[in-house]
Amino acid sequence: MKTTAKAATQNACKLCNPLGACLAFRGIEKCVPFLHGSQGCATYIRRYLISHFKEPVDIASSNFNEDTAVFGGSRNLQLGLKNVTLQYKPEVIGLATTCLSETIGDDVDMILRDYVKLFENGEPLPNGKPLPLMIHASTPSYQGSHIDGFHAAVKATVEKIAEGGQKENLLNLYPNMVSPADLRHMKEILKDFNIPYVLLPDYSETLDGGPWDEYHRIPKGGTTVSAIRKSGKAAASLEFSSVLSTDKSAAGYLEKKFDVPAYTMTLPIGIKQSDAFFGLLEKLSETPMPEKYEDERRRLVDAYADGHKYIFEKKAIVYGEEDLVIAMTAFLTEIGITPVLCASGGKSGHLKKRIEELVPDSENSGIIVRDGVDFVDIEDEAKVLKPDLLIGNSKGYTMSRKNSIPIIRIGFPIHDRFGGQRQLHLGYRGTQELFDRIVNTILQERQHSSPIGYTYQ
Amino acid sequence: MDKLEILEGRKQSVFEKNKDAGAFDISCETTSLSGSVSQRACVFCGSRVVLYPVADALHIVHGPIGCAAYTWDIRGSVSSGPELHRLSFSTDLQEMDVIYGGEKKLYKSLIELIDQYTPKAAFIYSTCIIGLIGDDIDAVCKKVSEEKGIPVLPVHSEGFKGTKKDGYKAACDALMKIVGTGSTEGIGKYSINIMGEFNLAGEAWIIRKYYEEMGIEVVSTQTGDGRVNDIRRSHGAALNIVQCSGSMVKLAKMMEEKYGIPYMRVSYFGIEDMSKALYDVANHFSDNPAILEAAKNIVRREVGEIYPQLMKYRTALSGKKAAIYVGGAFKAFSLIKALSSVGMDVVLAGSQTGNKDDYAGLKEMCDEGTVIVDDSNPVELSKFVLEKKADLLIGGVKERPIAYKLGIGFCDHNHERKIPLAGFVGMVNFVKEVYQSVMSPVWQFAPRKGGKS
Repeated sequence: MKTTAKAATQNACKLCNPLGACLAFRGIEKCVPFLHGSQGCATYIRRYLISHFKEPVDIASSNFNEDTAVFGGSRNLQLGLKNVTLQYKPEVIGLATTCLSETIGDDVDMILRDYVKLFENGEPLPNGKPLPLMIHASTPSYQGSHIDGFHAAVKATVEKIAEGGQKENLLNLYPNMVSPADLRHMKEILKDFNIPYVLLPDYSETLDGGPWDEYHRIPKGGTTVSAIRKSGKAAASLEFSSVLSTDKSAAGYLEKKFDVPAYTMTLPIGIKQSDAFFGLLEKLSETPMPEKYEDERRRLVDAYADGHKYIFEKKAIVYGEEDLVIAMTAFLTEIGITPVLCASGGKSGHLKKRIEELVPDSENSGIIVRDGVDFVDIEDEAKVLKPDLLIGNSKGYTMSRKNSIPIIRIGFPIHDRFGGQRQLHLGYRGTQELFDRIVNTILQERQHSSPIGYTYQ
Repeated sequence: MDKLEILEGRKQSVFEKNKDAGAFDISCETTSLSGSVSQRACVFCGSRVVLYPVADALHIVHGPIGCAAYTWDIRGSVSSGPELHRLSFSTDLQEMDVIYGGEKKLYKSLIELIDQYTPKAAFIYSTCIIGLIGDDIDAVCKKVSEEKGIPVLPVHSEGFKGTKKDGYKAACDALMKIVGTGSTEGIGKYSINIMGEFNLAGEAWIIRKYYEEMGIEVVSTQTGDGRVNDIRRSHGAALNIVQCSGSMVKLAKMMEEKYGIPYMRVSYFGIEDMSKALYDVANHFSDNPAILEAAKNIVRREVGEIYPQLMKYRTALSGKKAAIYVGGAFKAFSLIKALSSVGMDVVLAGSQTGNKDDYAGLKEMCDEGTVIVDDSNPVELSKFVLEKKADLLIGGVKERPIAYKLGIGFCDHNHERKIPLAGFVGMVNFVKEVYQSVMSPVWQFAPRKGGKS
């Protein structure tokens, strides 16, 4: 195992900041994401998102050239905003910066103010309509990773739009970077609890929608601006993150600004974390958990019993965004699998502590926690730890293949399998899906390596 | 839904043969219009695609993590040996590096990676902010090269400094630094370099086999299944044959100038162009008639083999309409011919990086009513495929969902393809893929074909 710090990152276990922002902006109704930087950033990020979601992902770019880099991006940005408004007719433009525009020191807020002034001073409005709402998130790729961009965009959106006022029976849910299927499931649960909600972002439809008879410049779906406006009046906010600091969190902002109580919790994966989630909903709604979910929970407990022996004391390496890793670690330990390595390319500084809180005595249970790692670090560990399973996104496939360790694909990106956008992770139902997949992966390995090849278990 | 319209600043880049006839002056070879959602990438992308397949070199991206992460193992360029090109290396610059400079981190990274992987050369790609923060990567490369005894080559590919084509140029400049540094001993008279062929799904191997069967020695394939030592001695070849819309014409020109090696442009897509690629090379070596004889035999044999299969598909595909939007315009020429050979009509021909000559050529080849477009975007492409009632779109990953959402067949003719589409066998694969997508029964449920929306 290597102990010296490496200079280079090899096979990164993270993506860059603006990608997360684009994804989050995709979850706002009638919003076009817009990157202030080189054309390549938008194109690479589009390609990356498309190969997971299998949906058109149109991201505009201010398309820097040499002059822009020298004289500033103001002209290009304003021209780009105008063109994207003409072509896409958005109601919102989600603007995220890149390493380039941040390094040259463009003052984006000022450029936006100047842009608005142009029209106040008589320039005809594009399409003859009021300008779209412009949200600006600062997302330089030399800070953090994609997940930071995601949260930055969510927070910037709330900061820009939310208004305070008389409290309403309303819950803000900030679900973190989960799948469209997870988002749909969250909406179903909140509906069943009769809790009015503002889910942000909501790309469940914009990134997993139906066929079109004509081109939808902006796919339908997403959280509406009018809904987001009300988030300052909500009775509470719930944020699925245990590593996000309050100053970067939408829930944290609303608490400080509008006294909306903020609840933060781990992503609800596994029975314990789902219990905590449903428990909070019971408390907030003063309604008992609907029987449907009691049933789901009962089936899950029953499945745990049916499957426990196949998986007990199996070893897994789990990797990905820190919050996903934390939630998966809690889940794996409750079913008897040892997450021998919990690894993330992210580096909030909280990963180890949060895992220790959820899994007391984790260190003595053979759980190694490492943040800021790449896939070569993870593979080096894997060679020593010899896990039975790898659990994380598609990018772990290289090491899975090389070391003959089966991989269970979760999270983002899932580029080498079909249907990543429809994969469920959250709640009892999502846990059930994950549990079945884990047990079946172990069974398949057993069957393959057996000289007999039993047709029953 | 309101009408899809073309932006004012884009109108000069769109041409429809017939009604605009006479005034063909398409705007191209410019930077993309801000806010237009171009399908293009950047200078870095151009360099990265050209150099990526050199399998025994270290490719390190100097900058923040994104550029390296998005180009990790995303290309179907296969290697018969080392696979260093399939790994992703980045200096992963952080805020402090941006403030204080990234040279030290680059130096340390290079030393560490060269020690770990013992590559035959290293390519260092500059990304957007490198020039801005003042890193002298040439100096770092020189130092590491001296210390480690391998070529360490800076690739000046800052994303915003031009278009993808400038990235091709930067890649060719880097390659030119190693061409001529190896021994040409033993290279025969009938020898070629296969350039601008990236061995996607093993395509370079197919092409190489044809030429070898003709008795021609292949000194290097650039850069598909590429090896540093082959490139070093590639100036010993008698002829350069260059595919792919000029991504490597620049290198061929430099080699012509410096080493007097002539070059010719070819394409390996479709029966017509593939055959021509063999005949042109054979005719170049006309002092040896056996070469031409062998080329004729290959064409006869291969065409004989695939023709009956193509005819089977032709029956189904005849009269279907295709839209083409590819990176390089040169490929579009071949595709038009290939599609026409199975009875398909081309209703849209566009590219990201074509020049005026390319588009004039396309205009000549295409039927009345065909749309010709440079540096298009999703809104325009969808407008054209809908208006022209295309049954098929040919493009890359970013174009695919446009087709599928609208209930149109799709063929991936970009860098990520997993099935070889070059050569005679590739023509069958291509037509088969087109057939499988266009004729699939799933489109019956698409709203445009009568399904519910």
